[in-house]
Amino acid sequence: MRYLPHTPEEIQKMCQDIDVQNIDELFQVIPEALQLKQLLDLEPPLCEIDLLKHMRELNHKNKNLLQVDAFLGAGAYHHYIPVAVNSLVSRGEFLTAYTPYQPEISQGTLQAIFEFQTMVASLTGMELANASNYDGASALAEAALMALRVTKRKKILLAKSIHPQYRHVLKTYLLHQNVEIQEFDWSENGRVTPALIKEYLDDQVAAVCIQSPNFFGIVENLSQLESQVHQAGALLIGCFSEAVSLGMLKSMGDQGADIVVGEGQSFGNSLNLGGPYIGLFATREKFVRQMPGRLVSETIDSEGNRGYVLALATREQHIRREKATSNICTNQGLCALTTAVYLSLMGPKGLARLARQNYDSSHYLQRSLSALPGVELKFASPFFNEFVLQFEMPVKDILFKLKEKNIFGGVMIEQDFPQLKNCLLVCATEMNSKKQMDHYMQALSEILNSEGSL
Amino acid sequence: MTQHPGPGDSGLIFNEPVIFERGAPGRKGYSLPESELSGGEAEVDIEKELLREQEPLLPEVSEFDVIRHFTRLSQWNYSIDTGFYPLGSCTMKYNPKVNEAVASMPGWTQLHPLQDEDSIQGALELMFHLQQDLAKISGMDAASLQPAAGAQGEFTGLLMIRAYLESKGNPRKKVLIPDSAHGTNPASCAACGYEVVTLKSSSTGVLDPETVRQAMDEDVAALMVTNPNTLGLFETHIQEITKIVHDQGGLVYCDGANQNALIGKARVGDMGIDVLHFNLHKTFTTPHGGGGPGSGPVAVKKILEPFLPTPVIAHKEGHYYFDKNRSQSVGRVKSFYGNFGMLIRAYTYIREMGAEGLKQVAERAVLNANYVRVKLQDDLHLPYPQICMHEVVFSDKKQSEVGIKTMQIAKRLIDYGYHPPTVYFPLIVAGALMIEPTETESLHTLDSFIAAFKQILEECEIKPRLILDAPEVTHIRRLDEVRAAKQPHYIYTTKSEKQFKKHILKFLNSL
Repeated sequence: MRYLPHTPEEIQKMCQDIDVQNIDELFQVIPEALQLKQLLDLEPPLCEIDLLKHMRELNHKNKNLLQVDAFLGAGAYHHYIPVAVNSLVSRGEFLTAYTPYQPEISQGTLQAIFEFQTMVASLTGMELANASNYDGASALAEAALMALRVTKRKKILLAKSIHPQYRHVLKTYLLHQNVEIQEFDWSENGRVTPALIKEYLDDQVAAVCIQSPNFFGIVENLSQLESQVHQAGALLIGCFSEAVSLGMLKSMGDQGADIVVGEGQSFGNSLNLGGPYIGLFATREKFVRQMPGRLVSETIDSEGNRGYVLALATREQHIRREKATSNICTNQGLCALTTAVYLSLMGPKGLARLARQNYDSSHYLQRSLSALPGVELKFASPFFNEFVLQFEMPVKDILFKLKEKNIFGGVMIEQDFPQLKNCLLVCATEMNSKKQMDHYMQALSEILNSEGSL
Repeated sequence: MTQHPGPGDSGLIFNEPVIFERGAPGRKGYSLPESELSGGEAEVDIEKELLREQEPLLPEVSEFDVIRHFTRLSQWNYSIDTGFYPLGSCTMKYNPKVNEAVASMPGWTQLHPLQDEDSIQGALELMFHLQQDLAKISGMDAASLQPAAGAQGEFTGLLMIRAYLESKGNPRKKVLIPDSAHGTNPASCAACGYEVVTLKSSSTGVLDPETVRQAMDEDVAALMVTNPNTLGLFETHIQEITKIVHDQGGLVYCDGANQNALIGKARVGDMGIDVLHFNLHKTFTTPHGGGGPGSGPVAVKKILEPFLPTPVIAHKEGHYYFDKNRSQSVGRVKSFYGNFGMLIRAYTYIREMGAEGLKQVAERAVLNANYVRVKLQDDLHLPYPQICMHEVVFSDKKQSEVGIKTMQIAKRLIDYGYHPPTVYFPLIVAGALMIEPTETESLHTLDSFIAAFKQILEECEIKPRLILDAPEVTHIRRLDEVRAAKQPHYIYTTKSEKQFKKHILKFLNSL
């Protein structure tokens, strides 16, 4: 076994030094009845050649996005990842280090996180950001928990236009916190308006949570809601699932949000069937003691050199135990590094240009598709890079037929939103060429026509 | 500078500024396609007040600037690939390169989580088999791969316990946790609305059934144990203890951080454990990545299966699918299906090792830990002198007589080219030094480490200054953590950086 370096002679010598006959004697501390006498019932081991063959075979049972034209978003986005990202992130010095508990020999990880925190804070319009949460969904749940601690209130208002999985995770996290969760609707144009929250805003509301761009891709106007929320003594939590939008849209911090959380997958992290992704979490300095997760701070060493350490650990589980601000320990460190590397490559101008390309592509596609008879753009509001189409026939059939033409046409949203019958969430990014989009329109047109003639 | 036997006294230590201090306005590191679409300069259909006016603080650097910057940063990191990393409770074993090669295949990385089930059969098959393998390895009946890390696994496990008890009519109020437990255990209890009752460990280092019996009543929902515990000792009374809890209607949770000691040698399922989380980033070689991503699947007994997070990966007539139709599920703890990239690595590792290989993992891990125990027990105080499992906990009791503390010994180890052990944990051992060598370290590495350790302990007596000043060969010296707490700088701004540099000057003048 190539990962186990001991020779039989070495094992014998070590046993002698420990004063046991053999290794099994060490396991006699386990009561006899609990010792496993037979081998585990697992598949036989594979050598590297066979292992790679087996894994390639499994791979081939999947159809990946390089093999199809895909227009899928809904919380996970297909973006270009510069080659330099993985070349840096896969360095063993980053990949195989643990949490930076010994700062003198972890400055690489620590400085990178400091740079990451700076970028996230700046992009969200906030004063600081933590070192990451698991994903956008759990970051939103942790933000709600934080708002409960800050305000000492017991109610959370949640826009129904937030990603359904984020709302689901939030509800799971808050299940036993003795809290009321009130969900509110979107208006006819898909946006949240002040009137929609008004009736729920009482003196027990800890936070109002809004996503922008929301699950339907629509850009929300938080500044319209901000004064109302704050007058009620609640916090405004802004969340996002498409981080590339931050390159184009006014930050939610600048629109008055108190906590901004979201999914950072789009910043250089592969789609990977949904993980690992990265929860971004930013807030204002006055709330720092209620913040979950790790934080890195700049400091100096005994010779006056600039250096970095984990700070404010007194909020965390290993010090505060059941009184900690969160149970989170291991976070998404390497994805934070990925994000920092990616954002360094893009710079402010690259990110702005990328965001604009996403906007342009998706709008081109939307115009092409909704021009077809039997296709309606569901919401007449500004969107970023995804949009909802409504059809006159079941989306399931359309998607099936598109798939036959090698197109993944979008995400069906009816299961989560029964009121959005025959609706499809379609996304286009810089990965979708004009040719691909024209092909999509052509294919859809043929499908709808053939249906119509039946 | 003193002579050192190991690596670590490198002369190649570069300086590197914060990335915001590199670059120049207009320099770029990206390559984007020229737009084929009209647009570009045209007005966008979003209200002006909702568009970004000010550029975010991101560097303007070339690709090469980025490569050099982060390559230099990487060289300031200690890692498993660099050297011996005996960090107790963290299982810092070799992370096979084949795992990385497999995980980077486009057939995984380019899968969208909302693709049709038909188009991800290979991924589902992998997850299905990993669920089964983890259940077999732990002697449990079912598993969920959804939790993103150990702490989320704990939260999930406790949610399931609570849901189960609720289904029986009473969720109960308290959870019993030994005083040697990881901090995540009580924090996860709080997240599930349970009150924590701390159990005192006995003088032998293991949990005494009597202690559990006395604390156990009908308000207790569960006992959370770690086995082997954080002293590296097997909980010898585990069967009696789980029976006591079960007899009063409670369930038993096992923190799986230390499963490296048991794989192929014993199964927590046989010990009366009802739910266990794994740390794939410990036992199953997925890399720690400087603090994650981890992966914390949970395995459960039959009675808890209906409560697993949704969806569960299922299999029927040659087809793998997401089973979302689970009315008693505790819900969803994470978007999509878990840290899939980590699941691929763990599965790859299990397929390479097989049953015999995994058994040898536990055997060699335990052998290595006991070797270190025996070789250092005359030099360091060993509070629990019995045979240990995968890790051994010493203390600084002897050295503190001459004024040397655990943290100082730890920092001196850095000068000898080693990552320090886990320090000051578990909390029940004052000045704890927790060493977990893992199975992938050779006898030669252990001998060198032991020799270095002995030399440091000698220095404590004759050259204590060396210890107090350590580390001295690192890129940076002992860092001021108090300052970071009192005058924190969490982000870079030009203004704060100016202030910071003033502080540094003032500090240097005061030296």
